Amino acid sequence: MRTTFFSTHKALPLAAVGLALVVAGGCERPPPQSTQLGYRGVGQNAFVNPRILAAQVAANVAPTPQPAAVPVAVTAGSVYKNLQVLGDVPITEFTRLMLAITEWVVPKDQWVDGQGCVYCHDIAVMEADTKYQKVVSRSMLQMTQRANRSWGAHVAPSGVTCYTCHRGNAIPQYVWTTNPGEKPRASGYVGLQNRLSPIPAFSSLPYDPLTTYFDKETVIAITPTNAVAPVEPKTVNTMKGEGTYALMMYISKSLGVGCNHCHNSRQFADWAQSSPQRVKAWYAIRMVREANKAFIMPLSPILPASRKGPLGDPMRISCVTCHQGVNKPLLAAPMLKDYPELGPLNDPAAAPGPAPEAVAPAADQADVVDGVATEARVTAQSVTAAGVM
Amino acid sequence: MAEYQNIFTTVQVRSPAYPGVPHDQGHRDRIGKPFFNYWVGKIGDAQIGPIYLGTSGVFAVIFGFVAIEIIGWNMAASVGWSPIKFAQQFFWLALEPPAPEYGLHIPPLAKGGWWLIAGFFLTTSILLWWVRTYRRAIALGVGTHMAWAFAAAIWLYLVIGFIRPLMMGSWSEAPPFGIFPHLDWTAAFSIAYGNLYYNPFHMLSIAFLYGAALLFAMHGATILSVSRYGGDREIDQIVDRGTAAERAALFWRWTMGFNASMESIHRWAYWFAVLVVITGGIGILLTGTVVDNWYLWGIKHGLVPPYPVVGVPVPDPASLPGAL
Repeated sequence: MRTTFFSTHKALPLAAVGLALVVAGGCERPPPQSTQLGYRGVGQNAFVNPRILAAQVAANVAPTPQPAAVPVAVTAGSVYKNLQVLGDVPITEFTRLMLAITEWVVPKDQWVDGQGCVYCHDIAVMEADTKYQKVVSRSMLQMTQRANRSWGAHVAPSGVTCYTCHRGNAIPQYVWTTNPGEKPRASGYVGLQNRLSPIPAFSSLPYDPLTTYFDKETVIAITPTNAVAPVEPKTVNTMKGEGTYALMMYISKSLGVGCNHCHNSRQFADWAQSSPQRVKAWYAIRMVREANKAFIMPLSPILPASRKGPLGDPMRISCVTCHQGVNKPLLAAPMLKDYPELGPLNDPAAAPGPAPEAVAPAADQADVVDGVATEARVTAQSVTAAGVM
Repeated sequence: MAEYQNIFTTVQVRSPAYPGVPHDQGHRDRIGKPFFNYWVGKIGDAQIGPIYLGTSGVFAVIFGFVAIEIIGWNMAASVGWSPIKFAQQFFWLALEPPAPEYGLHIPPLAKGGWWLIAGFFLTTSILLWWVRTYRRAIALGVGTHMAWAFAAAIWLYLVIGFIRPLMMGSWSEAPPFGIFPHLDWTAAFSIAYGNLYYNPFHMLSIAFLYGAALLFAMHGATILSVSRYGGDREIDQIVDRGTAAERAALFWRWTMGFNASMESIHRWAYWFAVLVVITGGIGILLTGTVVDNWYLWGIKHGLVPPYPVVGVPVPDPASLPGAL
């Protein structure tokens, strides 16, 4: 009988065990906890892994509110100049909010002499719009107010503050810009998909659904609403289906939830079988579109290249900017109630209403020096490399 | 102790290489000097070759090679010719069909034209290989069952990549050439057309697929178990039933009350296998051409099991007054 270097009878089981270990190494440690969301026996369950949840709880602690302000009758606008957004807020409340914003947005290494004001303000002329950061902050305050006052259908009841996205960073950790794809050097046709990309959760689906569905108002719901007798023009197309699928994978990953957080997977399109969360997401998509279009894109002329993507478009918000992997940002910590001037939620005076006009930058800052805050510099490339976007 | 079995042979019987039956005039000769491989002998016949090439076989290989080259070089171009990215992202890369706006027109090479060319070469290659299987069967004097089984698979291939896109009026309905991309296409296709699980031909196809696997396992196990009585000589046992066939039949009749015969089990297996792709092809062909949403079709025909919605049914926000 032939003898060989190794015995298959021994090597095969060993190889199988090794392979199993490698495969299992990519798994979460069981058991997860399951919660029934729908009718029994149809798989409408939410799964939460307590070990992952523990890490999320630690990473989503809201900061302690600033000490309450002493109520005064004097408004900030009567004391400070050039207050275009918060002029009617009491002066003490205004100062308190400025302190909070400094804590939420200005990284500690940008502070000078124990003060973060200088990140946005010219200390000599506090009201001057000489720093682009100050103009951006104004637009962001308006955006936050708009979100709370008009988009309660998405952000209620906790509401949003600067911290919901920023978490102590000058640029929120999770932002996006249009992905230009590979430079076309030959005639390879991949249809803006088929890339190793975390955006569609490492599927080969289209890798920039954000530009497709958040910058443009591309129709997301394409499943036909009739059984037979196709109507023209058709809404459905398999390639469009891949686009919708990519966006859904992105939302799912951004919120740390599965499909059935919103949908009944036997008919994704059917609202009657969907959960109320799907309505929240429907408003969220429209809110994100509006926020980017009305409050971020108009800032483009004053933003330095370090705040833009490879195509020169500003870093924008999407689901993950606030959610950061949990289905309720900051695990639903009600931060807004401590800063009422960023609200109020569902202001009857503000909703329903058309989107505001694009906020024009108050000063021409096109010659601003690139990379004012280099330490806090976050580029699309760096976040992609870090595997977060 | 050495033990002779019929498939996984621990003892390999070596005889001089067998070149095959004499061939008729007018056919090319078989080429290659036969050789033996110990490891191949573990899973089949240890003899490799000689091989018959023939016109259809040679052209099938050439056309197939061209198709693979077009697909591969397009994938390489899409990552800027980087060998590292090509290796890293190989499973993600693809050659996509033209975008929806091109319909059935021929787009520029860089916009899906290469997909059409690759599809032409691959289809020609597959059809030529079918001709080869058919003509080799005739030349050997055997039945053409294998050629027709292959034709059933080609039917599904043509429906997915050619016939249905033609009927839909758009090449964009066809799947891409790529490992993960064609799988993602499959999932997107199902969801876009309202869940293929409610397509009765998809159900039949799956039933035949799983059924074929089950029959294969049952038959393989049966023959292995009676090979000690000569049951591996199945064809002999069809016409000259011995104790192996009797015991195999008795086993199934005792355990489930019915047994296939030594002959009929092969027809069971054959039809289960070919019906997987025949029914699957019909199901794909009806999708989007006749039925737009399989779930709603299932509702209409009482196929979908109703169950209570938990909580308050959610309205479509787009239908509410004041929707943005």
